[in-house]
Amino acid sequence: MTRRSIHKQASTGLPSPVEAWIDRYRHDGGLRQFVVYFAFALILATFSIILHDDGFLSSSNLLNIGRQAAPIAVMAVGMAFALAAGEIDLSVGSVVALSSLVAAEMVGNHGFLIGVLAALGASVLVGVVNGLITVKVRIPSFLVTLGMLGIISGIARNWNDLQSLPIRNDRFSGLFGAGGLGPVSSLLIWIIVVGGLGHIALHHLRWGRHVLSTGANRDAANAVGINTARVKISALVASATAAGFAGILLAGRLSIGRHDLGEDYLLTVIAAVVIGGTNLFGGRASIVGAVTGALIMAMLNNGLILMGLEVADQLIARGVIIILAVALSMREAKES
Amino acid sequence: MSMSPALVAVGISKSFRAVQALDDVSIELHHGRVTALLGDNGAGKSTLVKCLAGIYQPDAGRFLIEGTEHRINSSRHARELGIETVHQALSVIDPLDVAENLFLNREHTRGGWAGAHIGLLDKRRMREECTATLSDLDIRIPSLRRSVGSLSGGQRQAVAIGRAVAWGQRIVLLDEPAAALGVEQTQRVLDLIANMRDQGVAVLLITHNMDRVLAVCDQAVVLYQGRKCAEVDVPDVTKDDLVSFITGARGTG
Repeated sequence: MTRRSIHKQASTGLPSPVEAWIDRYRHDGGLRQFVVYFAFALILATFSIILHDDGFLSSSNLLNIGRQAAPIAVMAVGMAFALAAGEIDLSVGSVVALSSLVAAEMVGNHGFLIGVLAALGASVLVGVVNGLITVKVRIPSFLVTLGMLGIISGIARNWNDLQSLPIRNDRFSGLFGAGGLGPVSSLLIWIIVVGGLGHIALHHLRWGRHVLSTGANRDAANAVGINTARVKISALVASATAAGFAGILLAGRLSIGRHDLGEDYLLTVIAAVVIGGTNLFGGRASIVGAVTGALIMAMLNNGLILMGLEVADQLIARGVIIILAVALSMREAKES
Repeated sequence: MSMSPALVAVGISKSFRAVQALDDVSIELHHGRVTALLGDNGAGKSTLVKCLAGIYQPDAGRFLIEGTEHRINSSRHARELGIETVHQALSVIDPLDVAENLFLNREHTRGGWAGAHIGLLDKRRMREECTATLSDLDIRIPSLRRSVGSLSGGQRQAVAIGRAVAWGQRIVLLDEPAAALGVEQTQRVLDLIANMRDQGVAVLLITHNMDRVLAVCDQAVVLYQGRKCAEVDVPDVTKDDLVSFITGARGTG
């Protein structure tokens, strides 16, 4: 197959696949598209040196970082689709809480499978409502989802009078957080599964290409007959569904559902996605980058704690990082 | 030519409130011929193209496509009827690669369940067909895997035109396709128009540039204040003739 395609391309004056990749690499942003991976390596190396005596590199600490990154990474994958389509989903944190509560309620009363399906179903519903209002009423998604954030947070607070709901189901806890394959936590496996599915969906499914087209140039996408309204709705559904799954992972790890799970995740998720090379204003997205960004955010969190920073200082550090990342992303957008 | 014209528009009129943008204009496009649509700003060129592209509905008049009468209800309907418009504003998707742009919204999917139900793309087949289409039209692009955003203006325009041809469209409307291009890139687009013509496509070229008309067009239709003031075979006229038609100094009826 390779030989045939080389021959085919040579006969039409086109370069071989290897040359094609090098050419693409040069013209599609060069080294800049790998910034997130360099940043990951740099931060890992820095913390390894300065926090060596605090056990940063111990396998238990690295595993801990991975576990903490899991819900962020899953939400980042979903958010990448919302941003790629030219929308944003600010309601994701509240969906995490809602999903954990629905799961806790339903797993207790109706068993594992119904609990999981109900939690995901509730999340899909939130995404559909977000999308329909955004597209049909033509309100910018940041306002729709900001309103939805308030509504869902209120529902979550009322659910059980701010009390947590325990989950006593070994299968649920084992599959979504507490267990794993040998020494590998199930949370790490879920990062790989969700990241892999997201990457395939973005690059190898018709839907992913249409999401990107819609966010990059909606008029052109409409002109070739893509139903961009439906694409935007589906992207917001993807975001909400991923947030719902993150809620299941948190509920599994902690064995509870609670109204404040995921409450402070929003900025971290957006930072992870944008650092990973997704354009905040649509048309460019990287799933592997978003997952790497989530690992960076978890690593920073962990490192800042080991360095002894107060919660207040962590907030400041995270805010600075987010602004820097967005500034970088906007500069790229202007240049291209 | 014995076959029926690709597109015949008869007696097209269109007004916007008090303004009569088009008044009883008729035009014929033939397979394998390039027709220039000329006229000063406000003469009605864009309105006519938008009627042909299904964007506007004319107040009066009818369309025959390949000899059969049709209404053109929407831009999607125009496309189904084989009419493709390449707009001045580039209609390509920057982050997608060349093959992905060429097949946007008519992607080839893999066989089996994954292709039919979740839309798993057959990227290899799309690249192979893309290579074939581009070489048929003699369009040279450095790499099909490169994002269209990284190509030059002429190459991007070529991809947009190539898409119309790849979709098997038999009638292509080009609205100032070389407006933003340099000399060499403009030449490549003109070559591309000639290649399309040689493949039997009926081309309508809207332009302000008389040199382009003389270089590549077979016939010219000139609009003046919403009416057709001239319809000529390009080899029979000079640049000055065309200019005098456009300014309304002269007409052929």
